[in-house]
Amino acid sequence: MTAPADPATASAMAYVYAVSRAGAPLEPVLAGCQGLEGGPLRTVRAGDLAALVSSVPAASYGTEGVKAVMEDLGQLEVMARTHHAVVAAAYEHATVLPMRLATVYLDDARVRTMLGERRPEFGALLARLEGHVELGVKVYADPRDAAAAGGGGPDADAEPAAGPGRAYLQRRRAQQRNHRDIYRAAGAVAAEVPLRVADIARAHVSHRPQQGDLVQGAGENILNAAYLVRGSEVGAFRTVLTGLADDVPGVRVEITGPWAPYSFATPPAAAGGER
Amino acid sequence: MSDSLAGRMGASTSPYGQQGSSANLADILERVLDKGVVIAGDIQINLLDIELLTIKLRLLVASVDKAKEMGIDWWEHDPSLSSRAHVGQKAGNTVHDASPVAHQVEAENARLRAEIAELRAAMGPPGASSAEAGRGAPPRKPEAENAQAKDTEGEEWK
Repeated sequence: MTAPADPATASAMAYVYAVSRAGAPLEPVLAGCQGLEGGPLRTVRAGDLAALVSSVPAASYGTEGVKAVMEDLGQLEVMARTHHAVVAAAYEHATVLPMRLATVYLDDARVRTMLGERRPEFGALLARLEGHVELGVKVYADPRDAAAAGGGGPDADAEPAAGPGRAYLQRRRAQQRNHRDIYRAAGAVAAEVPLRVADIARAHVSHRPQQGDLVQGAGENILNAAYLVRGSEVGAFRTVLTGLADDVPGVRVEITGPWAPYSFATPPAAAGGER
Repeated sequence: MSDSLAGRMGASTSPYGQQGSSANLADILERVLDKGVVIAGDIQINLLDIELLTIKLRLLVASVDKAKEMGIDWWEHDPSLSSRAHVGQKAGNTVHDASPVAHQVEAENARLRAEIAELRAAMGPPGASSAEAGRGAPPRKPEAENAQAKDTEGEEWK
């Protein structure tokens, strides 16, 4: 109600989703995909690089605005999914470097300046990632699942005549053994993943195992890895992991993607210097 | 590099865009908040604030190891959740009638996690060792957190 007369132009900032080569065929994305707040996507060029951006209202994407969004999981989800959808759509057509969420510049000129400053590292990253995608591999241990599948073993119902207390303890021990075996088995499955994909994966990153309220998969995530794979080898990657945990009760392997190579888009210089 | 990338993903996989819309929020947040090209934009989104709320999010998304690195380890002092004395126990020596079963399971979990961390460390040089080093460390400053966010956690190029 109290907004300026023409907020779209008077107080718009440039939200950067991704960076590509200037010649990248992003027209289908510009035409078919919307940015945050429904804003149209466009490219901002500088030299041989182009940034995929949309205008966002300064009121919502300034310091306080972004902070408010981040504090609200519902709003954050919209922002994250929109950001990701734009990156994903772009990556369908060209190799792009995904920016971190909420990379915002005052105007297009500032975006051009950034592109100019970062040209060498962006160029190197684009060359490296060209034609590659990221695949996620997660391994879960789920003792309950194994118990439901009858994985309790012969100990589970041993000696019913031994008295309730003893039977209880025996049952608990059996569960515990079961639990331990499943984590072992999950560890073995996790250890086999890199062996199986060794010939296909070009690079590998170990993420922290996921844990928390947002995690949907049953069981405990014990391996959360990302692999960089040639686009042409996605099928082969899935194939070599097929059946990895099929005969291992309580252990589950989940492959996600293909993703734009978020996990491999950190400039190597920055990565090397941080430790 | 143009139209061929989608084709190169193979006919058996779903169109790339579908992954974008259906992907698990935890997987998306893990990538868009923590990965990708991390550069400071113009908006002084006060990196400190961003890091703070990233920390909050990590309590939703992130792992126990990460929380420990951040100095959050209250569960280690909660006897109903953990018994650190049991963490170092050897395999095959885990069942004692005298100890409460629940404690043993927790200790066993911790030990197995350590075992898994070792396995993962053997697979590459990821964050396993740094996570161990973080145990018992004083709470880190958000600046350190920022550094971690830019870290590629054991990335290996071939």
